[in-house]
Amino acid sequence: MKTVFKRTPSLRDRVTHYCPGCGHGIAHRLVAETIDELDIRSKVIGIAPVGCAVLAYDYLDIDMVEVAHGRAPAVATGMKRTNPDKIIFSYQGDGDLAAIGTAEIIHAAHRGEQITVIFINNAVFGMTGGQMAPTTLIGQVTTTTPLGREADNQGWPLQMSELLAVLPGTNYIERCSLHDVGHIRETKKAIKHAFELQVSGAKGLSLVEVLSPCPTAWHMSPAKSLKWIEKEMTKVFPLGRLKG
Amino acid sequence: MGTNGLYEEVMLAGFGGQGIILGGKLLAEAAMRAGKEVTYIPSYGAEMRGGTANSMIIIADGPIASPMVSRPTTLITMNKASLNKFGPRIKNGGLLVMNSSLIENKPELDDSIEILSVPADAIALELGNKRVANMVAIGAYVQNRGLFGVNIAEESLEGVLAKRYHKTVPINIEALRRGAEFASK
Amino acid sequence: MSKRILMSGNEALAEAAIVAGLDAYFGYPITPQNEIPAYMSRRMPEEGRVFLQSESELAAINMVYGAAATGKRAMTSSSSPGISLMQEGISYLAGAELPAVVVNVMRGGPGLGNISPSQSDYFQSTRGGGHGDYRTIAMGPASVQELVDCMLLAFDLADLYRMTVLILADGILGQMMEPVVIEKKPGRKLPPKDWALTGIEGRKQNIIRSLYLGEGVMEKLNYKLQEMYKQIEENEVICEEYKVDDAEIVVVAYGTTSRIVRSAVEQARKEGIKAGLIRPVTLWPFPTKQISKAAEDFKIFLTVEMSCGQMMEDVKLAVNGKSPVFFYGRTGGMVPTVDNVFEKIRELSIPAKKKEK
Repeated sequence: MKTVFKRTPSLRDRVTHYCPGCGHGIAHRLVAETIDELDIRSKVIGIAPVGCAVLAYDYLDIDMVEVAHGRAPAVATGMKRTNPDKIIFSYQGDGDLAAIGTAEIIHAAHRGEQITVIFINNAVFGMTGGQMAPTTLIGQVTTTTPLGREADNQGWPLQMSELLAVLPGTNYIERCSLHDVGHIRETKKAIKHAFELQVSGAKGLSLVEVLSPCPTAWHMSPAKSLKWIEKEMTKVFPLGRLKG
Repeated sequence: MGTNGLYEEVMLAGFGGQGIILGGKLLAEAAMRAGKEVTYIPSYGAEMRGGTANSMIIIADGPIASPMVSRPTTLITMNKASLNKFGPRIKNGGLLVMNSSLIENKPELDDSIEILSVPADAIALELGNKRVANMVAIGAYVQNRGLFGVNIAEESLEGVLAKRYHKTVPINIEALRRGAEFASK
Repeated sequence: MSKRILMSGNEALAEAAIVAGLDAYFGYPITPQNEIPAYMSRRMPEEGRVFLQSESELAAINMVYGAAATGKRAMTSSSSPGISLMQEGISYLAGAELPAVVVNVMRGGPGLGNISPSQSDYFQSTRGGGHGDYRTIAMGPASVQELVDCMLLAFDLADLYRMTVLILADGILGQMMEPVVIEKKPGRKLPPKDWALTGIEGRKQNIIRSLYLGEGVMEKLNYKLQEMYKQIEENEVICEEYKVDDAEIVVVAYGTTSRIVRSAVEQARKEGIKAGLIRPVTLWPFPTKQISKAAEDFKIFLTVEMSCGQMMEDVKLAVNGKSPVFFYGRTGGMVPTVDNVFEKIRELSIPAKKKEK
């Protein structure tokens, strides 16, 4: 019998705590596959955020640190500056990276830190029960925007990738999505490219934004969530390479 | 702790820009090289230029407890405002070194306080640079008190001047010497 | 660098950290400690080590966290308002059991306060400072030489106990110059950092974390930390006693204030008042035993601080009602004078004299 698919060694064989239809499991696998394909497990250090992915170290079988909310790029800076031979990546959600950690990601990018950032955007604070995030779409109902987000009151969805792409310190910014198999493959390619840049010693910060479903906080079925990404999210967060 | 032997508390004061901080540092460095115990506290912060500046230096034979100088045994003052502020605090039996180029009249002080009027700015101008007036006053002080030789102050200059100012060492040495000569008259 | 040189407290701290094997310094400008990053920015690259000016104190302490997580010796320095911002990171360092050294050159507060000397961050420094049941070792040296000695010890203690060590100076100590000798001394025997993140090679995954959701797991970590804190209280107290044995009035003071007090104590002795000084060098662990012992035969205690009376609470806890405890202090950037303290000692000595008669 021919093996067509197997679990990659850097991904643990374990049931995750993620909700049915959540995108984190897929994103974890793509990161784990990349680590194994690039053969960097012996020198990779991952940073887990505060958010649903805080327990990423339970699933990714690599050296990992858990850090304060939003501070991952600062922690990554401390690691990479003192260990230029290691491969450092942070895995952050949109609350972590686009709300409380805005200063840290902007300044890590602006200094051109040689780190890789996997930015999971599900337009909501998942772990705390579905509050508005800076990335929440106009009209989107959350526990803190019961009537839907209004631009006049809560501002517009924050496009972090566009913001970061204009900084000279970034070398690669791409926005991808997990809403179907084809796009998952694209996401894998982007994540791999982002890591490859760091492995090659390229100057600058590489970031892949991943649009990811959160059926629980969106109050949708997993299937409908994927459609919502395709139809609604990508209108505000257009897919594609923004830099590099 | 000042109970036995030397315990000299110096206050050096003037405008910001008159070399008060550098002068204090020089005294401290020279005292250390002369084998004394020493503490030196500069005024710091928002008074980089133009405001008042002061240095507190304690020179002693033994360990120094409080590094704060509230009542100096010597006040070296480069301008009138500082004399007005710190003059009344000089300990009886102490010494006032004042820059008579900028301070016209001798102050009313206790008779036990020795007053050494040094035309520091005038001597510095003769040397071609008003900015070494601080060194003239310090040279006069060192000569008067005799805690260590003027040569030790001269040797200490390179240690306290930033490298980019090392070319000014000769004129600073000249200023120290002229101050010392003035005081020995 | 084994000869006596004249250095400011801030620069001496920086050089001592380099001699102690500092791998990385991260910091954000704030007066009155700016000489530390300025010195580091020149010296660290000379040594082939890391200096980085961060975008905030939040970032600085998290950069320290990152470097420490990989087993490197890392530090930051700041002054009171900046240290407040770092409390989040210090709490995480405690939870994650990571070593770090943090210098606080204290200034007047609360709020933006001023840049003058102060000791009003004592509570923050000795009670943990951030959220959670934790401690930081806090040292309050009193001279430029002692700043150096504390810095050399701080990195060993941080590594030994895997925790944050704070060095508390104030505006005077930071700016003051004194002759100092900075040389590497034989340090503590330290365990290998087998917990550090280096990438998986020939071992299982290392995880550094402070989140424990399982029932009772976080409590277990807390008890483990408390057990370690007890050991530290047992073994790491540093304290100087000066003329305490026959003293009727014992003044307790640390840092710059302790030197002012020492001059006042000498003046008091000259005038026939039996005064003494207990000078804690470690503020946590606090010299509770030493003070408690001094309080055995009735003495009058006076705590002098550049605050409204923070360490006084620890002195009262140590004295535990055996003797009266009085307080004198200045705050908001003001410094007590020798005369002020002497007057207070003299005032308190009257009942002591009456007792004799």
